[in-house]
Amino acid sequence: MEQIRVGDFRVIDNCLMIRLPEEIDHHGAGIICENADRYLVREEVQNVVFDFEKTRFMDSSGIGIIMGRYRKISCFGGRVYAIHLDRQIERIFRLSGLNKIVEVLES
Amino acid sequence: MKNEMEIIFDAVSDNESFARVAVAAFITHLNPTVEEMADIKTAVSEAVTNSIIHGYGNLQGCGKPGRDFPSGTEREVRPGKVRIHCILENGILHIEIADTGTGIEDVEKAMEPLYTSRPDLERSGMGFAFMEAFMDDLEVESRPGDGTKVRMVKKIGIGEWIA
Repeated sequence: MEQIRVGDFRVIDNCLMIRLPEEIDHHGAGIICENADRYLVREEVQNVVFDFEKTRFMDSSGIGIIMGRYRKISCFGGRVYAIHLDRQIERIFRLSGLNKIVEVLES
Repeated sequence: MKNEMEIIFDAVSDNESFARVAVAAFITHLNPTVEEMADIKTAVSEAVTNSIIHGYGNLQGCGKPGRDFPSGTEREVRPGKVRIHCILENGILHIEIADTGTGIEDVEKAMEPLYTSRPDLERSGMGFAFMEAFMDDLEVESRPGDGTKVRMVKKIGIGEWIA
């Protein structure tokens, strides 16, 4: 499982860009968290950007992923951003209150 | 018109996507809106994931013990099945998602938004809140040792006209 990369990770300046997969559920969540945390430790990034461009489905596991990363970087002054949300994912952000801790950028 | 289906599958996380896609496929002939489809898929995904992680203690997909959650906190994995029973009648979808796992001691507490019995797993505690928000009706029946049954109802589109 280690070599499978769900999503796409890239470091630009002090930002970790995470391109999320088409479907985000509990099954794939562990490996996304694992990869993200590896970058957070190794590259000393400050901010995280979640890109939902490819994402068509997300359940509450996605919220766990984002809240977990938020907890890890916010204590060092880092911020979490989200881009390319479709309507359904925007609803999930609003329902869960995620839009209060994550800055949703209009694309 | 009445239409009914039942699927039973192993409680492993690989089956989460299968479960929601199967239910989605079952209702396509009612011409649901994109939003209704997404609501139902999310609700099914939440209930099935709960059964797998909490009902049967199968933490595959949650990461590695010792790094992503404290090792030693894994409960014993109980192999088991999840059963989904759907009835479509007059444009209304009734779903029952049942497991024979540990069951829930305090259903009311489990349903509180943000409450999770496993904070170590980076679960958000929003599962039941989502089922409640995305479906028209939600009912949870559970007893410790007896497994859990989640019943949900949703009216689909202009259902009756087309069905």
